Amino acid sequence: MTETLASQPWLSLITFLPLLGAILIPASRMGRPVDANGQMSAKDQSMADKVAKNIALLFTLMTFVLSVVVYLAYYDPALPGYQLVEKVEWLGDGVNYKMGVDGISILFILLTTFIMPICILASWDSIKHRIGDYMMAFLVMETLMIGVFSALDLFLFYFFFEGSLIPMFLIIGVWGSKGTKQFAGIEMPSRVYAALKFFLFTLLGSVLLLVAMAYMYFKAGTTDVPTLQQFKFDADVQTWLWLAFFASFAVKVPMWPVHTWLPDAHVQAPTAGSVILAAILLKMGGYGFLRFSLPIFPIASDAFAPLVFALSIVAIIYTSLVALAQEDMKKLIAYSSVAHMGFVTMGTFSGTEQGVEGALFQMLSHGFISGALFLCVGVLYDRIHTREIAAYGGLVHRMPFYAFLFLFFTLGNAGLPGVSGFVGEFLTMTGAFLYNSWIAFFAATGVILSAAYALRLYRQVMYGELSKPGLLAIPDVDRRELLMLGTLMAFALYLGFNPTPALDVFSPSVDALVEGYSAAIAAGGR
Amino acid sequence: MGVFESLTFLGPELLLAVGGMALLMFGVWRGDSVSRQISIAAVILLSLALIAAAFSPAGQGVGLFADSLRIDAFSTFAKIIIFAAAAFAILMSDRYLAGEKLGRFEYPVLVLFSAFGMSLMASASDLITLYMGLEAQSLALYILATFNRDSRRSTEAGLKYFVLGALSSCLLLYGASLIYGFSGSTQFDAIAAAAAGAADRTGLVIGLVFVIAGLAFKVSAAPFHMWTPDVYEGAPTPVTAFFAAAPKLAAMAMFARTLIEPFHQMTDDWRPVIAIIAVASMLVGSFSAIQQTNIKRLMAYSSIGHMGYALIGLAAGTRAGVSAVLIYMAVYIVMTIGAFACILLMRRRGGLTESIADLAGLSRTNAPLALILTALFFSLAGIPPLAGFFGKWFVFLAAVEAGLGWLAVAGAVISVVAAFYYIRVVWIMWFDEPAPVFERDIGGVLGVTAALSALLMFPVVPALIGRLQQAASVAAAALF
Repeated sequence: MTETLASQPWLSLITFLPLLGAILIPASRMGRPVDANGQMSAKDQSMADKVAKNIALLFTLMTFVLSVVVYLAYYDPALPGYQLVEKVEWLGDGVNYKMGVDGISILFILLTTFIMPICILASWDSIKHRIGDYMMAFLVMETLMIGVFSALDLFLFYFFFEGSLIPMFLIIGVWGSKGTKQFAGIEMPSRVYAALKFFLFTLLGSVLLLVAMAYMYFKAGTTDVPTLQQFKFDADVQTWLWLAFFASFAVKVPMWPVHTWLPDAHVQAPTAGSVILAAILLKMGGYGFLRFSLPIFPIASDAFAPLVFALSIVAIIYTSLVALAQEDMKKLIAYSSVAHMGFVTMGTFSGTEQGVEGALFQMLSHGFISGALFLCVGVLYDRIHTREIAAYGGLVHRMPFYAFLFLFFTLGNAGLPGVSGFVGEFLTMTGAFLYNSWIAFFAATGVILSAAYALRLYRQVMYGELSKPGLLAIPDVDRRELLMLGTLMAFALYLGFNPTPALDVFSPSVDALVEGYSAAIAAGGR
Repeated sequence: MGVFESLTFLGPELLLAVGGMALLMFGVWRGDSVSRQISIAAVILLSLALIAAAFSPAGQGVGLFADSLRIDAFSTFAKIIIFAAAAFAILMSDRYLAGEKLGRFEYPVLVLFSAFGMSLMASASDLITLYMGLEAQSLALYILATFNRDSRRSTEAGLKYFVLGALSSCLLLYGASLIYGFSGSTQFDAIAAAAAGAADRTGLVIGLVFVIAGLAFKVSAAPFHMWTPDVYEGAPTPVTAFFAAAPKLAAMAMFARTLIEPFHQMTDDWRPVIAIIAVASMLVGSFSAIQQTNIKRLMAYSSIGHMGYALIGLAAGTRAGVSAVLIYMAVYIVMTIGAFACILLMRRRGGLTESIADLAGLSRTNAPLALILTALFFSLAGIPPLAGFFGKWFVFLAAVEAGLGWLAVAGAVISVVAAFYYIRVVWIMWFDEPAPVFERDIGGVLGVTAALSALLMFPVVPALIGRLQQAASVAAAALF
């Protein structure tokens, strides 16, 4: 596949711009006097917090603008190969610092840079302590996430992929919610438990990827992704390598049965943390399947496809049923995320053009919709400080704007035609249908279930009598919240009615991917 | 090569030995009042030795004294790190020893002598020089462990170290005598030749197993690790910082040379032994550390685990494997020195605290120290983008290349357990309610050392890791 070199290191610039912001935040605090306990005076502290918030917003916006400008000016959606490629020697002997994007990754970068300012806005008032540290963690997180999507070297990918555990661990653990839990005989706050579970699950998945990577380097002599995609590993070797990659990405997606960290992490994380987790972090797994598993191990991917379908179907149906029984709003949305990511894995491993494009589209759309749903929960949480579904009811009487937005995203989550979620589900099911019609049949039942839990959630929270005393004076969304949710709604609606622009960006790269995949399977002799 | 000609290549060792003697005489003459000056002089001597080692005239490598000492890229690599680590150990101890009224002039002198021994260990290419170097180092270390001689803990630690160390020396000597008996020589090349020609190597293998047991004790690899937690905990903290860094590298370098140079032909014989020791060390290091409440004991188990990872590279027995060992040890030493600099900064009302619980809420009361410790502990856990991750990568790479995929998988899975206790320290610092604050004075050598090592954990200069890899690769090539 052709690679087009970048005139300037645009991708590195986009990637590391947020990091610069993260460094500026502590720098801006320097010189302010602290007392013996390391605390600033209240006035200095609020000043420093304000500076930190503004730096974070400014840098995430700058990154967004820069990424859009680079996309419009330097990215050619008609080319199938990698573009904006930059390469610097790093560890020698075939491990390089290599960045580049194609139709599969570019929109994830834009999604990341787009979601980040919204996350910062979402945390504007709801984070009360250690604001500077919080903003730093988010900016570092952004750098690592963009890095994951633009790395064209497996080693570099792993570097960013694993590195993203550290800021997320701190975000969940420091700014998570209250409550305690018993674990390993230690009484610990449940946010610590959730952070730990998140960290260890993901780490256990990805250390195997590390060993597989060492083996691939030993065989192919490089960790360069385009080279590896051309490299033909033996069929039995592919099996083991595929399993190692699968362990890592399946935990990240997450697929049933290794999804259990996700509800915990979502419930405990602050709103913006949940948004990042749902909108971007989960996509790293799906992206990994498309970037590595399918092109590098086509024979193993084909052989294991039935396994993936089985797990995806279980995820779609089982977690939807689990979502029906949830009493915590965030948990409900977390389980629905697992179900929706089931469509992604299903579409990916169908190995068809529709399936893969649908998977990509579904991930993009899920980024907007589930991100928005977590923001919606955050709106309520900021006001009432509980996520219990039972604590609400009749909000439509007090919060008409909110009710409208929430309805929109709830229905979008259930795959209503006209909203982007529908396109993704439809395409992935088409892809699965081409592979095996029964898979599509079972997946379609998931759509019905998703309508069931989504509508149940909406009815219990929004309709009914407004009788709970705490809710009588609840204010409607303010301008900041309207801005965040409105933008997300505009995107979800636009892509729902007119998915072509996004699909056009995907299709050259997806065509090439699917072509190579089918050719490799045909050569491997199915 | 004549004796005098040989001496011209021994610049670093002569500097340390002669300089150390001179400082000892000076100290005896002037008493403890000049201990500061002696410390400074010792650091200068170590720096000079470092320079002499770095610009050694040996070139491709020379054998001295009938090839019983070898100065080559491998020994140079090890010596540079050993001297630097020893110099930091002296610098870091300054404030502690003054605070505890332990400011005796013997301390820097003993460090010099042990550095001399370690330097010999890195170069030894004969079982007799090997043993001499080892004992020169160990005797100095036994005294250092008991340096706080009025403290029961310290004397207990020293005694334990001495008794078990003597036992391990016996094992090593016994093994060496067997090897001598079956090969007819103590010189590494002659042993290699004898091993290559031998029809039956059983005797050599038995001797080698004893030698490995003795060496495993010195690097504190399981199941010969029992002394480590007690000695780490009991010895004065700066001494522990010294123990955890330079001697580990010296012993590991000696381990590598002893296995590769004479016994390269027999790699298949000793590989399973090393692999099992590696797995056992990783397991012991990871699982035992979970329950620790004392940060020095935690570091002890952590070092046992890390030796296990380094031994994975050695088990590979290839050039890439030895290179990985060197990279791993270099990164490990920087992390360890940094971590101990932080531990030495955990001071409250003039005394050191050693409890992990005392770190609670550190990120709120002392953000710089918390950030440094966080970087170091994530690096110890081997999480990218920190340097510890690169160490693991090279070790696993070497293992996979040598066909030891299972060992790499075992190391990878156990590293998740190890990650648990490292991030436990991180969560205590970040998530828990603050404990009483430490003294805020983090300036001086300790603060600089800690900050510098944390900074090195990030690939600040991305080429830095690449350079380290090149140097290690050249050094490893010298053994083959």
